[in-house]
Parts: sequence; C-alpha cells; structure tokens
Amino acid sequence: MSLYPSDRWLSAALFGAAVLVGALLLGIVVTTLIGAWPVLAEIDVALFSVDWQPSTGHFGMLAMLVATLAVSLLALLLAAPLAVALAAWLNLYAPGVIQGPLRALYELLAGIPSVVYGLWGLIVLVPLVNQIAPPGASLITAALVVALMILPYGLLLADSDFRQVPTAQKQAAIATGLSPWGTFRCVYWPLCRGGIGRGMVLQFGRALGETMAVLMVAGNVVQLPTSLVAPVRTLTANIALEMGYASGDHRAALYLSGLLLLAIALGVMRLATGRGTP
Amino acid sequence: MAPLIAELGLLFETQTDMRVDVQSGGSGRGINDTRNGLAQVGMSSRSLTADEVAWGLVAHAIAWDGIALIVHQDNPLAELEREDIRAIYRGEIRNWQQLGGAQQAITVINKAEGRSTLTLFLEYFDLESSEVRADLVAGENQQVILSVAGNPGAIGYVSIGAAEVAEAGGEAIRLLPLVGVPASVAAVRTGEYPLRRELNLVTLGTPSPLAAKFLEMIQMASVRPVIEAHHFVPVPQ
Repeated sequence: MSLYPSDRWLSAALFGAAVLVGALLLGIVVTTLIGAWPVLAEIDVALFSVDWQPSTGHFGMLAMLVATLAVSLLALLLAAPLAVALAAWLNLYAPGVIQGPLRALYELLAGIPSVVYGLWGLIVLVPLVNQIAPPGASLITAALVVALMILPYGLLLADSDFRQVPTAQKQAAIATGLSPWGTFRCVYWPLCRGGIGRGMVLQFGRALGETMAVLMVAGNVVQLPTSLVAPVRTLTANIALEMGYASGDHRAALYLSGLLLLAIALGVMRLATGRGTP
Repeated sequence: MAPLIAELGLLFETQTDMRVDVQSGGSGRGINDTRNGLAQVGMSSRSLTADEVAWGLVAHAIAWDGIALIVHQDNPLAELEREDIRAIYRGEIRNWQQLGGAQQAITVINKAEGRSTLTLFLEYFDLESSEVRADLVAGENQQVILSVAGNPGAIGYVSIGAAEVAEAGGEAIRLLPLVGVPASVAAVRTGEYPLRRELNLVTLGTPSPLAAKFLEMIQMASVRPVIEAHHFVPVPQ
C-alpha cells in the first residue's frame, strides 16, 4: 500500500474499473446463457447437424460453425504472411522518407468501418469472382474481404514488434555485413516471432467476430462448404440476418450460436495471451 | 415500411407534442412486440394470420406494395412462366439456356428467414422453404438489387417500389412481368398485379386514444402523397 492518499484513491478506482470490466464479460456470458437456456436445456445431437430450418424447428449449427472457422482461417492464411512481409519490407527495405506516410496509410486502412469493406466487396469483388465461378458470393470472397480487413492490423502489430528491435542488435547486424534479408532472418524474426504469432491469433479472433462485411459477400446459404467458391453462412451473419425476426426456440438457438462464438473467441484469446508471457 | 412510418411519425410529432419511436425488425417482430405490449402500434407488411387475429390483434391497412421478380438488365428473356420460376427456385433449372436464354448459370437469390417478402413469395408460388435451392440469401431489398445488378445470371425478388427506384436510378436490373402484367407501382394501384401485399399497422384490440389519433392521421387524404413518395399505393378510402 502506498503512503500517498492520492495513490490509494487511484488504486481503488482502477480496481473498481477492472472489476467492472470483468463483471461486464460475466454479464454477457450470463445473459447469453439465459437467452440460450430453452434450447440448452433440451440439448441434443440435432444442434450439431447441418440442417438449419427455423420454420420447422431444425436448428443444426454445424454447417455455420464450419463456415465460420473456414472463413477466419482462410482469411488469416491470406493476410498473415502478407502482413509480416510488408512490415519487414517497411522496416528493412523501404526508403526512410516514405516510412512515415505509409504507416499513416495503414493506420487509415485499419480505421475503415467493416460495412464499407462489405459494400466494396459486394459491388466490386463479388461480380469479379462471379465471372470465374458463379454466384460470386462465396467462402473465398468472404475470406478475401476479411483478409483485407485484418491485414492492416496484422501489419501494424508486426511493424511495432520490428521497431522494438534494439539498436545494438541492428548495428551488430550491419557490422557483421548481413544483408537486409539476412538481418530479417537472423535478427528480426527470432526476436519477434512470438509476438507476431500472438498478434495473428488475435487477428483470427477478430475475423471470427466479423459480421457485416461477411454478411454482404458470403452468400449466406446454410451448407457445408464443398469448395472455395461455394456460398456459406457464418454464425455471426446468421445472428445478424435472423435475430430481429426470431422468437421462441429460434431466438434461443441464435443465443446458443452466440454462446458458441463467445467460447471459441475466449479460447482463441487464451491461446494468444496465456502462453509465452514472461 | 419502416422508413415510411418513421416519416409519418415525424409528421405526427409536429402536429402533436407526442414522440413516436419507430423501430424496425420485420413483420414478425412488429406483431410480437404489439402482442406483448412492447409497442402500442406494430408494423406488418403482410396480412394477419388466423392465429394472430385470435390473439386479439387488429390490422389497419394503410397501403399496398407489390413484389417484383428482378433479373439483370442484359437478361434476354422477356417473361418467365410460373412453372419456370418454381423450377428455378427448386434448383431444377440451373442454366438460362434451358429457358431459351444465354449460356449462363442461374444465380438464385432468396430472402432470409422472417422477411414477409419471403413468406409471400413462397405462398404465391406454392413453394416450401426447405425445397428452395438458393445460391444467395439476402436480408435487405438493397442487397438483392445490388447482387442482381452485379451478376448477369441472377434472379431475385424485392418490393416493387424499391425495384422501380433502383431501375430509374440506373441500376442494371429489369423487373419481370408476372402473368402478363408489368411489375409496376401503377399495376399494384389498379389491383391487376397479382403478387402484392398489404402494409398494416397492428394494434392489440381497440387502439389506445393516442394510437387511434396516429392511425387517424395516417388515413387522412393529406398524407397520401407521403405514402406515394415511398412508392407504395395508399389504400383507397
């Protein structure tokens, strides 16, 4: 305990804030649980079928769960290598004068609302994909749009890791005559890969929760994805499409899908923060 | 119909000192919230079912709206037969060539669960929700319109008012006639266009004095231009 009264006040206020945030999360979990209770109480294997027909009482979520994971994983696979490569280029190859403006640009990209990405996807990307494989709105289209959305975040995270590489190490790399690529491989990557890995897991969590953009470009047909160009519906898109129109068990099933998403997201966050911290 | 009622609500606010809070969420929600007493007046863009009437709900018709089938502007087919549309939506016809059109895969666009356009469309074409084989499922009229405009092989259905505005605004869509009647607001007005729906305000039993006042204002001749500006057809007096 600090000697200074002002410190004690601050400490108490911060403690209160921390408890409040924890209580909020708990509140969300409890509310979702209560909402999902009617179907949770009579849980059965039907919930994990692929048959989602709310009007006839079929609430199978497997197809949408698979679609959610597929879109997010694919988006991460597309965005992560590009984000690391761009961040490395920015730190090791890009001329000093353009580094600042480029960082500002990436920050700007990170700030664009998701619905704008979605609208762009619907008007530009979907017709393009449609020319190759109709109907255009599909798993890969959604993954591309989500990849584009998480790319600036991943890039900025990797960039901030790279910028924390100690000057002494950089100088040592120069002194030993390492090429930029050698510097990346032998200095930057070994120092930063843990942080980058955790950052990418966080981006995966972001991709999981993405709703509006996916709703506009994924096609929203409830089915197990049979190919990259098949239309799919994610759990988040399903909640957004149907929550306003649902009542009774249908509503409860949507709450349950929310709970499922929450569980996955918390698991992913645990993965990102629980491991490798000193 | 929420944008229309929101505007009428504002009009009501200027005439009285009451506040009208308009929330959207589909006919199902409008009806449920009215039944549960959460809303004094509900919006429903379809007629009430027998069950809903038995709960004590009363519908006050304010306007008509039609549902138009839309295809891409470049689609050469002038009209589709009822059986063709059924076959397309059941996934039995997968290419426009089978109907004498271009060699092009058909993209079937359906509406998401709970939309009254979906209910009405299925009812009119005698389809079950489970037998529809959609390539795309959209929530809003605008999403259907943009998807059709961006895909030469697409077919979908939306509110006629919304489709007319989009077509006039240069979107690459075309409204298909139904049983020989052109899909237009004018044909909805004359009653010739068969696939039309009633836009209702719903109350639980007799409306409260305030709700009655609101309904009364909406049925006055002076608000007809407002309804028409939203591309709906006011119910004849």
